[in-house]
Amino acid sequence: MGFDVLLKGNNLIRLFGGLMVALRISLISVAISILLGIVIGMLEAYNNKVINAIARIHLEIVRIMPQMVLLFIVYFGATKALGLNLTAEASAIIVFSFWGVAEMADLVRGAFASIPVIQYESSFSLGMSRLQVYVHIIIPQIIRRMLPLSINLITRMIKTTSLVMMIGIVEVLKVGQQIIEANRKSSPSAAFGVFATIFLLYFLVCFPISVFSKYLEKRWEY
Amino acid sequence: MDEILRVSHLQKKYDDFTVLDDVNFTVKKGEVVVIVGPSGCGKSTLLRCLNGLEEIQEGSVLLDGAVVNPNKKDLCKTRERIGMVFQSYDLFPHKTILQNVTLAPILVKKRKKEEVCQEALALLKRVGLLSKKDQYPRQLSGGQKQRVAIVRALMMQPEVLLLDEITASLDPEMVREVLDVVLSLAKEGRTMLIVTHEMQFARAVADRMIFLEGGKIVEEDETKSFFEHPKTDRLKQFLQTFTYEDL
Amino acid sequence: MNHTVITEYLPLYKDAFLLTIRIGWMGILLSVVIGMVGCFITHFKIPVVNTLVKGYVELFRNTPLLVQLFFIYFGLPKIGINVPAEICGIVGLGLLGGSYMAEGFRSGLEAVAKVQTESALALGMTRLQLFTHVILPQAFAMSMPAFVANIIFLLKETSVFSAISLMDLMFTAKDLIGLYYNTTECLVLLVVFYLVMLLPVSLLGSFLEKKARLSVFGA
Repeated sequence: MGFDVLLKGNNLIRLFGGLMVALRISLISVAISILLGIVIGMLEAYNNKVINAIARIHLEIVRIMPQMVLLFIVYFGATKALGLNLTAEASAIIVFSFWGVAEMADLVRGAFASIPVIQYESSFSLGMSRLQVYVHIIIPQIIRRMLPLSINLITRMIKTTSLVMMIGIVEVLKVGQQIIEANRKSSPSAAFGVFATIFLLYFLVCFPISVFSKYLEKRWEY
Repeated sequence: MDEILRVSHLQKKYDDFTVLDDVNFTVKKGEVVVIVGPSGCGKSTLLRCLNGLEEIQEGSVLLDGAVVNPNKKDLCKTRERIGMVFQSYDLFPHKTILQNVTLAPILVKKRKKEEVCQEALALLKRVGLLSKKDQYPRQLSGGQKQRVAIVRALMMQPEVLLLDEITASLDPEMVREVLDVVLSLAKEGRTMLIVTHEMQFARAVADRMIFLEGGKIVEEDETKSFFEHPKTDRLKQFLQTFTYEDL
Repeated sequence: MNHTVITEYLPLYKDAFLLTIRIGWMGILLSVVIGMVGCFITHFKIPVVNTLVKGYVELFRNTPLLVQLFFIYFGLPKIGINVPAEICGIVGLGLLGGSYMAEGFRSGLEAVAKVQTESALALGMTRLQLFTHVILPQAFAMSMPAFVANIIFLLKETSVFSAISLMDLMFTAKDLIGLYYNTTECLVLLVVFYLVMLLPVSLLGSFLEKKARLSVFGA
């Protein structure tokens, strides 16, 4: 059924290499999203009208526009409009971060808003300083609210990396296509085996992360 | 007896709306003072002012001679000496019961963990919650949470304890267990300032009563004469809302 | 920007748009059917099928649509199952969406069932009456925000159809950019058509969410 082709030469290793490209793009984007998202989310907590309006528009763009369209805009559009020569991978990281920052910032904002004022007041009334209140009371609660959802964002990013082959990045799907192409004669049904394997690979990466996210959500529910 | 808390000419405004107007009273060491009054009369705001949670426009709050003021740097120091328990369950949801009550003494007073834990366990035992020490607040009933909140405030060894309608959001059958704790604290000579709607309880626990209406102290008296011989008509009316005539 | 280029491209985009929404909404319809069936099976815990449905939901929630489509479109023919591109798009979107819809309906159903079952049984209703009259309407209302969010998600996912050579919006844009280099016009048209497709649903979503929030927390 075409699974044999994977055992030929270094095909399986190449496939894993492709998966690593996908994971690298998503992990870099996730790191940027978390860092910038927290900063912007905290800025939003100050309720500055301009910052909040920009953040709101940013979030709406991300919610409505398919990531694929954003990839096209950055990859094809930026080159044309700004004369920038972005590599496909850089474009992908920009788009994924643009998306992730909007969602993370919204999560942080929501998490701050969901902490009742009484948590601050009762901490203050125990004589804690502002710093102590944030470090020991507020931030741990915010992390507990945010973490399951941000892990969920990681799996969505990993899944969405499959799109980057459409702007020419050689990731796992593209490698799969190359393998199928190269072995067209010797194993004509390679497409089934290779794509089934990629299907399974994505599942094996994303499923444990989803389970972990659900576990955290249950554990930290109050 | 020594005076511990002195409130003089306290005025508190939200924009143009005056919540507290020229409030004056003192609390002596070991005294239990209960503040009553119709909803919206400023009782809770008054307690919050005493703990520096609200800015005040005029007048002063003195704790043993030290000024309580939200804009002062050493507010934390003053707050250590005033404990407060709120109406809503305000335990830290991400910490166990034991962690909830030991956090502040360890952080703020920099006391040794073992010593603080021992003291906490003794207090939890006293309020009947020793078995809950490793549980999280969400696993407790409202009454149990409020008892923990009282223990948490006591752990700071405050000189004055402020209780702000601590039974107002509890189911009726849980009110008693919380008030019993407060009664036993009164017996051992704690200085407390209590806002409550439970008149029977107020009568049992208070040394002195204050009737607040429209942001002003309308009447202030020893507990017995406050209930039995109210001087002002306003207080008479107010007390009557709590009694039922026979049909 | 060149207006003649835009008027020239407009019919091409219009065809692509119609194809995209046709496949998109057919796929969504299929996903609702799959989601409902899946939700009932897991809710009533029908043996064996229940486990299968759970496995299906996890498998499709944790893999990208593009990979699913490649498997169906390029992989399955090798074992004798030939699926035309358009059907493949509908089935792929339906299967992906079905796994999300099943989850969404299930959580709505569970949220209602817990609270309302006892009180309705106490009123003397039969289990069937309870389900059709009490639980179902409320569960539907409760899963509404998630439902709309899923629809938006699925409409966005249609953007990968070009990979299985369906002439959708992305395909048209990429094709025209490759042929004539009118990048700006092509991208603007792409954004405009996706806005037309998604903005109304998104607005409806925010409206429903606000309404749902009021009915939950309002007096």
